[in-house]
Amino acid sequence: MIRDTTLGAKLWAAAVWATVGFFVVNLLAMIATVVTSSFATRWLGTWLPAGWTTRWYSSAWSEFQLWDVLMVTFQVIGAVVFISGVLGVTAAYALARRDFPGKKLLVLLFLLPLMIPSMTFGIPLATVLYQTGLAGTFWGVVAANLVPTVPFVILVMIPFIEQIDPKIEAAARVFGANTFKLFVHVLLPLLMPGILAALLLVLVRTIAMFELTFLVAGPTSQTLVVALYYAVFAAGVRAVQSIDAMAVIYMVTTLVWLIIALRFVNPTQIVTRAKQQPAH
Amino acid sequence: MTIALSQFDEVRLDRVSRDFGALNALRDVSLTIRRGEFIALLGPSGCGKSTTLNCIAGLLPVTGGAIWLDKSRVDTLRPEERGFGMVFQNYALFPHLNVRQNIGFGLKMRGRPRAEIDRKVDEALSLVRLQGQEHKLPGQLSGGQQQRVAIARAIVIEPPLVLMDEPLSNLDAKLRLEMRAEIRRIHNELGATTIYVTHDQDEALSLADRIVVLRDGAVRQVGSPKELYETPAHFDVADFMGFRNKLKGQVVAVEGSRAVLDVEGARISGIVQERVTPGAVAYAAIRPDDLVVGDGGRNAIAATVDTIEYRGREFVGTAHSAGGLDFVFRSHQQVEPGSTVHLQADDERVLVFAEPVQGRH
Amino acid sequence: MDVLAHAPAVEQGPSLRQRLAAKGFDAVTLLVVPAAVFSLLLFVYPFAFGFVLSFEPKGGGEWLSNYRRFFSDPFLYETIAKTLWLAIPVTLLNLLLAIPIAFRVRLMRHQRLLTTILVLPITLGTVLVAEGLLNYLGPQGWFNRTLMTLGLISQPLKLVHNYWGVFASLLITGFPFTFLLTLSYVTGIDPALEQAAATLGASAWQRFRHVYLPLLMPGLAITFCLSFVQAFSVFPSAVLLGEPAGPTRVISIAAAQAAFEEYDYSMGAAIAMIMGVVQLAIVVAVLASRGLFYRGPASGAKG
Repeated sequence: MIRDTTLGAKLWAAAVWATVGFFVVNLLAMIATVVTSSFATRWLGTWLPAGWTTRWYSSAWSEFQLWDVLMVTFQVIGAVVFISGVLGVTAAYALARRDFPGKKLLVLLFLLPLMIPSMTFGIPLATVLYQTGLAGTFWGVVAANLVPTVPFVILVMIPFIEQIDPKIEAAARVFGANTFKLFVHVLLPLLMPGILAALLLVLVRTIAMFELTFLVAGPTSQTLVVALYYAVFAAGVRAVQSIDAMAVIYMVTTLVWLIIALRFVNPTQIVTRAKQQPAH
Repeated sequence: MTIALSQFDEVRLDRVSRDFGALNALRDVSLTIRRGEFIALLGPSGCGKSTTLNCIAGLLPVTGGAIWLDKSRVDTLRPEERGFGMVFQNYALFPHLNVRQNIGFGLKMRGRPRAEIDRKVDEALSLVRLQGQEHKLPGQLSGGQQQRVAIARAIVIEPPLVLMDEPLSNLDAKLRLEMRAEIRRIHNELGATTIYVTHDQDEALSLADRIVVLRDGAVRQVGSPKELYETPAHFDVADFMGFRNKLKGQVVAVEGSRAVLDVEGARISGIVQERVTPGAVAYAAIRPDDLVVGDGGRNAIAATVDTIEYRGREFVGTAHSAGGLDFVFRSHQQVEPGSTVHLQADDERVLVFAEPVQGRH
Repeated sequence: MDVLAHAPAVEQGPSLRQRLAAKGFDAVTLLVVPAAVFSLLLFVYPFAFGFVLSFEPKGGGEWLSNYRRFFSDPFLYETIAKTLWLAIPVTLLNLLLAIPIAFRVRLMRHQRLLTTILVLPITLGTVLVAEGLLNYLGPQGWFNRTLMTLGLISQPLKLVHNYWGVFASLLITGFPFTFLLTLSYVTGIDPALEQAAATLGASAWQRFRHVYLPLLMPGLAITFCLSFVQAFSVFPSAVLLGEPAGPTRVISIAAAQAAFEEYDYSMGAAIAMIMGVVQLAIVVAVLASRGLFYRGPASGAKG
C-alpha cells in the first residue's frame, strides 16, 4: 500500500478522519442522550439532568406492558429464526449442489425481497394478510417477517455450502452412511458455523424489523420496536423519560444479540451478504 | 529501435535497511548495479529479496541508508517520480484496459502526445511479439501473453532500471522455460538493466550476469553464476545452491587451501571456503552429482543404501551412515537397498565450511 | 454426483427418474420446493394481488381511477417529489462521504472496531434513531447546546419536525450501510494494481481516476441503487422526526394512510405500485449506465 507523505495528502487524511470522528461522536452522543434521559428525574434546558432515578424503568415496564411485549417479541423471533433456518438451509443446499433449468430465475426470486424495501412489498402483503384474516395474529407477524429472512438465509448459506467439497459427502456414502447419518454426522457439523452465523444475523435483523411488523401487527402481536414506535408517536401522553427507558430496554435487547452475533460474524456481513474474497 | 532506455552509469544501494516494527526485514544492503547488467536477487522466501525490490521501486520506504542513480538520490522520491519499470508477480495488469491501453498507461500518465504513444506501444508490442492481440482485455489472454504485456508495459516508459518480481512463478514449467529465454532476449535487444527477484536457483543461474544471494535480510554473497555454483562462500549459500550432502565433522588438518575432516572416523578432504582451525567443528558439502559409489579408497565413507531410483543414464540413491548422516548419491550400477557401499568424492569437489553461527538465522 | 437418489436397475433405457436426474432434478433438488412455495405465496402472490387490486377501485369506477386520482391530487402526487428530494441528496451525500473514507479505512489495522460502531445504527433501526435524534437534535439537545457554547450560533437550530430531522436520520442509518458496501468493493481491488500504476508514473489522483474509479464504478452503481431504494421507502423517521403532513409527507406515508387509515386497500396498493415503479425506474437508469463501464474481476487478471 502506498502511503503519501506530502502535506496535501496529510491534510486530506486529516479531513477524512475528522469526518469519521464527527459521525461517530454524534452517533454515540445520540445513544448517550437516550440513556441519560432514561435515568433523569427532570431534564430541561441544562447539560445534565437535575437528578438521577431508575423509576422510569418500572413505570415503563407497567405502562407499556413490556413483559407481554417482550414475550411476543421473543416468540416471534424464535419462530422466524427456526422456520427461516429450516426453509433456508434446505433450499440453499439444493441450490448449491444442483444445477437445474430455472435455477437462475429462482435465485432472482430469492434475491428480490432483499433488494426491494419492505415498505414497497409490505403494503400488498399486509393487504393479503388482512383479507385472509392472518393480519393482527401472531402467525401473521411471523409470516410477514419470514419474507426477507428466508431469502437471507438462502443467500448466506449458498456460498458456505458450495465451499464444502461434495467429495466429503461421497466419501461418507462410500463408508456406509445413509442419508440420515450423512446429514447428522457429516453435513450438520460442517454447516453449523454457517447456520449459526446466518441465524444470528436473522435474529438481529428481526428484532429491528419495523415496517413489516408495523403493517401486519395487531394490539396483541406487537413486537418491541413497534411498541416503541407507537410510544414515540404518542409522545406527550407519557413522560419522555419513560419512553427513553423503553428505548434503552429495546437497545439492550438488540445489542446483547449483536454482541453475540459479532463473535461469529464480521460486522460488514450485516450489510453485505458474503465478504468479498480479498484479491491476492 | 526508438525505445531507448535512459542512460546512466550505475544504481547504488548504500547500506539500505528496512524495519517492519521491531523486525529487521533488510539490514545494511549495499550493492552496485552497472548499466546493462542482469542482476538476480536470489534467496529463500522471507530473505528480503522482494523487500529490496519494493524499496528500489519506492513501494516501501527505506528506514535507513540511501539509493543513488548516479549522482541523484532516489530513495526520497515517490514511486511515480522514479520512473523505474516494474513487472509484478501476478502481473497486476489493469483488468479494465485492453492490451494497448495497458502498455500505453505509463506514457499516458506522463502526458505524451497520442502519436508518440501509438508509435512506442506498437514497437513494444512487436518486441514482445503480441501484434494482433492489442484490443483484448487481460482476462482474455493466456498466462504467457499476460506476462508479455506486463513486460511491454514496464519497458515502454524507457526506464533506466527494469524490476522483475518473480515474474515466472505463475507459469507452468514449459512456459517458464520459454519466457525465461524471452526475458533474456528482450534484455539483450534493449540493452536494459534488470533486477530480477527469484527463489529458483536455475532461473538465476541461467539468466543473470551476477547473482546476489540474500538471507535474513542481508547479502550473503555476490558473484557470477559460475562462482556461486562452484564456490559458494558460506555453508547456507552452498545449501541453497544444491550441495545436498552436508557432512558434519571435526577439522583434523589445514594445509593451504585444503582441509581434512574427520567424519565419523572417515577422512574427508576438501577445499576450504571459510576459515577453519584444527579441532573445530566444520562441514564438508558435496553435490549429489559428485558423490559416487566407489571402491572405498580416498575420501570415502561407508553408508547403508535406503532407496535407489533408475534415472535413465544412471541411478540416484539415498543412504545413511552409522552416525545418522543422510546422503544423496549417484551410481552407475544398481545397488541393493540395505547393502553397504562406499560413497566417495573427488577432493576438488568437496567444499569445507565452518559451522554456521547459531542464533543468526 | 448422485447422493440421495439411487437409480434402480432397469432393463430397457433410463428410467424417468434417471432422465430427470440427468437434467438436475432429483430428491436433493426437491429440497428447494418448500422455500419456493413459501416465496410464491408470500412474495409473488401479494405483489400480483396488489397489482390487480390497484385496478379495482374501492368505490367502483373505471379501472385506472386510482392512478388518475393519485396524479391529479397534489397532496398525493407531490409525495413522489418530496421523497426524491430527500432520498437523492442523502444517497449522493452518503456515497460521496463513503468513498474517501473507505479508501482510508482500507489501510487501517483495527477496522473491526470502526465497522462495529458503524453497524450500530443499522442494527438499532430507524425507530430508535428517530427517538434518539428527537432529543439529541432538539432545541435543548446536546447538539444545539454544543454549537451555542462554541459560539457558532446564537439561537438553537430547528433540526427536528422538519426536513432536516429526516435528513439526519437517513444520514445516520444510511451512511453506515453505504459505507460498508463501498468498503467491501474497495477492498476487493488488488492493491498491486495501484502499485503498478505508481511505478508507471501515475500520481495519487491519477491512480484513483484511471485505475480505482473505473474498477469501482459497477460496485458504486449497485451501492447507489441499494442505498437509494432504502432511503426512498423512508417511513418511521419521516413520521416521527419530520412533518408528516407537510414537507416530509413521503410516499410510504401516503400508501400506509390510504390502506390502513382509510381502509382503501385498492388505493394503498396503487400507491405501493407507483412507489415500486419509481424505485425501479431509478435503479434501471443507474444500472443501464453501468453497461458503459468495465464489468469483471477487479483483481489483476489471471488466465
